[in-house]
Amino acid sequence: MSLLELRGVTRRFGGLAAVSDITAHVDTGELVGLIGPNGAGKTTLFNLLTGVYAPSEGAVLFDGKDTRGLRPCRIAALGIARTFQNIRLFRELTALQNVKVAVNLRARSSLFSAMVDTMAQRADDARLDGLARECLTAMGLEQVADTRSCDLPYGLQRRLEISRALATRPRLLLLDEPAAGMNPFEKQDLMQLIRTIQTTFDVTVLLIEHDMKVVMGICERIYVLDYGQLIAEGAPAEIRANPKVIAAYLGEETD
Amino acid sequence: MRWLALRTVTVVGCIAALAVVSKLLSANLDTYVFLVVIQCGVAMTLAGSLNLINGITGQFSIGHAGFYAVGAYVGAAWTVLWQPIAVRYLPLLHLGTPLGDTLTLLIAIVVGAAAAAVAGVVVGLPSLRLRGDYLAIVTLGFGEVIRVVILNIDAVGGARGLTGIPTLVGSGDLAFFWVFGLVVAVVALSRNLMRTTRGLTWLAVREDEIAADAMGVDTTRVKVTAFVVGSAFAGVAGVLYAHYFTSISPDVFGMDMSIIITTMVVLGGTGSVSGSLLAAIVLTALPEFLRFMQDYRMVIFSTMLVVVMLTRPQGMFGHGEISFATFRRLLGRRRAGGAKP
Repeated sequence: MSLLELRGVTRRFGGLAAVSDITAHVDTGELVGLIGPNGAGKTTLFNLLTGVYAPSEGAVLFDGKDTRGLRPCRIAALGIARTFQNIRLFRELTALQNVKVAVNLRARSSLFSAMVDTMAQRADDARLDGLARECLTAMGLEQVADTRSCDLPYGLQRRLEISRALATRPRLLLLDEPAAGMNPFEKQDLMQLIRTIQTTFDVTVLLIEHDMKVVMGICERIYVLDYGQLIAEGAPAEIRANPKVIAAYLGEETD
Repeated sequence: MRWLALRTVTVVGCIAALAVVSKLLSANLDTYVFLVVIQCGVAMTLAGSLNLINGITGQFSIGHAGFYAVGAYVGAAWTVLWQPIAVRYLPLLHLGTPLGDTLTLLIAIVVGAAAAAVAGVVVGLPSLRLRGDYLAIVTLGFGEVIRVVILNIDAVGGARGLTGIPTLVGSGDLAFFWVFGLVVAVVALSRNLMRTTRGLTWLAVREDEIAADAMGVDTTRVKVTAFVVGSAFAGVAGVLYAHYFTSISPDVFGMDMSIIITTMVVLGGTGSVSGSLLAAIVLTALPEFLRFMQDYRMVIFSTMLVVVMLTRPQGMFGHGEISFATFRRLLGRRRAGGAKP
């Protein structure tokens, strides 16, 4: 059974169908790419998966369970974590604190014990601190743990977003243009890193990326979205040769 | 076990210290100055509790006087209206004995806090849908609704106010103990919370609600909890106010009170516990100490506010805190400086 399954998912905003009738799946352990030109509906699809929007039609199944009506925090608890295209860190908090917010999903203590500062609370906090640092280290951020996230350089902010998403211990990690704004070398680096965390954290990855070259390099399977519709699916080589995909990116040939 | 021993020592030490200082101050301070000190304590609790909602969780609430009023009126109503009935069945509650007074006050605190907490849920729920200025208007409206409702309940005196509330704080000499005990409670609770990862989720709601939600933070629960805890403390402040000043009237809890409490939090630095406490002292004591200026008093007071906000728009302390560690650092720096030839 697929970890994530989309059955005819449609989302309309007024008269506009931002994504329409998408049927797709992501299997456990895969690294799947989602590409498409600007405005194709990639981020909308992510928002549908994480419960920010509810689908107008169709269903999203995570591990066989329909996620309809679940709030984003519940979906995060189920095991879907995401990063944001336009970085959404908790700006005033340090890198470590950012990760700790996400790691709190695994807290065992209650609000009461937090307020009266019990022994169990301290032990639990120490445990969470360790988990959070692990996630920072995985993304190579241990040096900047105590830097305010808004003071971090752009590339590290992107990494911190991934680190924070990992802290929820997801089974499915959604990365929304993780390499946006990076130069080709940085992009290659990041893609390698994503490969690594995929195995070390035992996580399935679905990632949006504009840069075809980058995405072709690491993804096992690729979905192509254009004007809200799925126009192609397949291995990188197939996608590269697909005339529909070429048309979507470069336009149709006219003679 | 070491923790338990340490905690017991801290709590007992705090209570003992507060009791001693309370006796000393009420015996030695000028009645007027003592009154200002008590008012400062009440204001500190109000500012500290609003800081949980506005500063830490980032929900812009400007109707805090409403919760203060609910606590004051429900607590006073218990003591004036219901306690005389209860005492028939529970002779233990007889007023005039230290035990009876204390028990009655404790029950007043509990019912006042509970009533204010319920009001907190009522206001907290719309906060789930409303942000920023829209929420501010709702909370402001709530504060006014509470005031108008009280104004129209004859059982608690309506516009005349509720008078003849027995002083349950030992005719003043224990007022400091209760009021500042509450301040300590608010500070301890805020500080403890801010040290935990759970506290960080509250800050996360302030920083970016969408991201917090996506990271598994139940933003709904955080916001309602902040409102409930914050308003419960405001309610207890109201109970103590009522039982110290022995009379309360709706106009004490008007919109201007709400605005002043909000000003304390903003002036102190949103999110800074110590900042809001200091601002509470300044904003309560300064108008009193400026009385010698007579007609110009409020002019100078408001000018000072404007100047502070112009020079430190992030508030006196920004997001920072002043704590024992700060003093230690300052001391250390001075010592290091002194060591140089």
